[in-house]
Amino acid sequence: MLRTSPNPQLNADGALQHLLTLEGMPAEIIERILDTAVPFVSIAERDVKKVPLLRGKTVFNLFFENSTRTRTTFEIAAKRLSADVINLNVGVSSTNKGETLLDTIDNLVAMNADMFVVRHAQSGAPHLIAQHLSERQRDHIHVINAGDGRHAHPTQGLLDLFTIRHYKHEFSKLTVAVVGDVLHSRVARSLIHGLRTMGVPEVRAIGPQTLLPTAVEKLGVRVFHDMRIGLAGCDVIVMLRLQSERMKGSLLPSAGEFFKHYGLTADKLALAKPDAIVMHPGPMNRGVEIDSAVADGKHSVILPQVTFGIAVRMAVMSMLAGG
Amino acid sequence: MKIEISNGRLIDPRHGIDRKTSVFIAAGKVAAIGAAPSAWHANRVIDAGGMIVCPGLIDISARLREPGFEYKATLESEMQAAIAGGVTSLACPPDTDPPLDEPGLVEMLKHRARSLNLAHVYPIGALTAGLKGETITEMGELAEAGCIAFSHADAPLADTQVLLRAMQYAATFGYHVWLRPQDAHLSRGGVAHDGEVAMRLGLPAIPACAETIALGTIFALARVTGSRVHLARLSTHEGVACVREAKREGLGVTCDVAINHLHLCDTDIGWFDAHCHLVPPLRGVRDRDALRAGLADGTIDLLCSDHTPVDDDGKQLPFAESEPGATGLELLLPLTLKWAREDRVPLASALARVTADPARVLGVDAGQLAVGAAADICIFDPEQRWTVLPDALKSQGKNTPFLGLELQGKVRYALVGGQIVHEG
Repeated sequence: MLRTSPNPQLNADGALQHLLTLEGMPAEIIERILDTAVPFVSIAERDVKKVPLLRGKTVFNLFFENSTRTRTTFEIAAKRLSADVINLNVGVSSTNKGETLLDTIDNLVAMNADMFVVRHAQSGAPHLIAQHLSERQRDHIHVINAGDGRHAHPTQGLLDLFTIRHYKHEFSKLTVAVVGDVLHSRVARSLIHGLRTMGVPEVRAIGPQTLLPTAVEKLGVRVFHDMRIGLAGCDVIVMLRLQSERMKGSLLPSAGEFFKHYGLTADKLALAKPDAIVMHPGPMNRGVEIDSAVADGKHSVILPQVTFGIAVRMAVMSMLAGG
Repeated sequence: MKIEISNGRLIDPRHGIDRKTSVFIAAGKVAAIGAAPSAWHANRVIDAGGMIVCPGLIDISARLREPGFEYKATLESEMQAAIAGGVTSLACPPDTDPPLDEPGLVEMLKHRARSLNLAHVYPIGALTAGLKGETITEMGELAEAGCIAFSHADAPLADTQVLLRAMQYAATFGYHVWLRPQDAHLSRGGVAHDGEVAMRLGLPAIPACAETIALGTIFALARVTGSRVHLARLSTHEGVACVREAKREGLGVTCDVAINHLHLCDTDIGWFDAHCHLVPPLRGVRDRDALRAGLADGTIDLLCSDHTPVDDDGKQLPFAESEPGATGLELLLPLTLKWAREDRVPLASALARVTADPARVLGVDAGQLAVGAAADICIFDPEQRWTVLPDALKSQGKNTPFLGLELQGKVRYALVGGQIVHEG
């Protein structure tokens, strides 16, 4: 009750020390990250895709939960910044030998790490690491949350914001719908915080009661259970991934019934604005949350999201550790 | 040993005493109050000027971690914590390793506790073998060995038929059953109150109805079986309302709340503070306020520490993986005083919740200071301020959400059976 600082990811000067969550992150910092990412998009189109901003720095990708895609995008981002990248799939090594999370961190600190990119199945794991580093006076080491439990996935939220700004130019007049499994989604939480901070006037959460968390409206969203009503007039539709273990059980009767009510099809998409964009954090379940015709259709910006994701992660890394 | 405690303010809630007077102790008992007995020669005089003299505190839920969890705490360390907190009697839940489901374990615990000669220890027996919720224990044997009640601690008891039969069996012999009202299914996997904080932090949640549903079940079974039931650790305002209604109906139930839930709520979790990972979970402000009001008006009978020492390794983990619980024996008194001060509860009424009321629920002759009563006494300075720091705690568990907080009220002396066991 006393030890928790109001915003553990900012240092005493209000600058970014870690990237742990978009909750409570000032709009100016989000804007600066998005602005910094813009030139990095074009670097990827050059012959020489490298800049020396993180030369000599060592980035550890610490994945306590498997994710090839996210890990790869962080790896590419760090390498394009000229950092040395070490990938550790901790999920299959030390923790199985009984080493605790913080023991692992202490060992990597001893190897002179400059940055940890952390993916963990438990909400709050990156906060714990950041707090531990602070207690050990390791303030030169930065932590990037690459997804923790159901809590946050801030770089995904930022790349979603980048994508929305790229296509829609400004946030202040948009209606954005987030559809599907909000309950278990760190992507949804981060994006909703980001959208509200950036001044999006209407954010909608669409899904059945079983997949919307209690008190979700406290995030500043309007709740819809009928997707057809919820999509009306939307500028942006963000489809969430439904994990396969949740498709059948006490949350949902079947993937088929979910698709019927909450899958994005062309006829449902037609209820949104004519120039609406469709987003998805990937990997997609075609025919479960999104129909192939929509995923591959002209409204879809799902692949550009991936491209922008690398630029946004480069921006975050360079702002944290680039001097 | 004859001891004279002079100049103190004696508060004995059970007998409605609250006045400045002297207490005379001889042969382990209170020999006189006010005027000295004839031919009195004290071996020791304690000047309790500016201090409050009250019955030793009774904590009905303190985990001593023996047997099985000695790396978290030992009987010795936790008994030292108890007397440093002015706690002279305590009941310990059966969730040791192995659980207290065999008379031999209970006898050993009682023997070890007696040999330390500090606080009185009242073991609570396991309601089912291994706390697995399947087979009822040999309650008769366990009672003979010294168990004063039977409980399931925090282990889930999902099978209502087993619960019915355990309560029937206990009622047959007049044994007291203690139950923590929490539906086993609705609480499965949950670590935080189902509300805005858990939603924001992405923590698996336990809804308030997990408590009210369990209360409904327990009340129905209590009506059928006539079993005497104590409800351990209320956490919700709905739960307080259910208990109030059951008491109005005349159902002979009692209940308690823990110090943490009296002072904290889910927002105190902040950014995943594992010290706030507690069982039951910290709930909302409205719940906390209802618990405080319920304790003041007597709907909630008593206050306990729910002392649960956890080692650092158990807390230095992501919130949901961390071990729930908080150390509490040494915080019971100052947090009782804090509640009394903040809610303007008369001091004598507040102290009743940690002395006379738990004695009544336990059915033991303690928590009072009439002439002839055992001289289990707590003498504290109500003004002295101290900061909750690891070094300030005798308990091996340094885990508490109150770490770093300044509290008011410090135990200066504790007496058990007329012996001074703590001087601070």
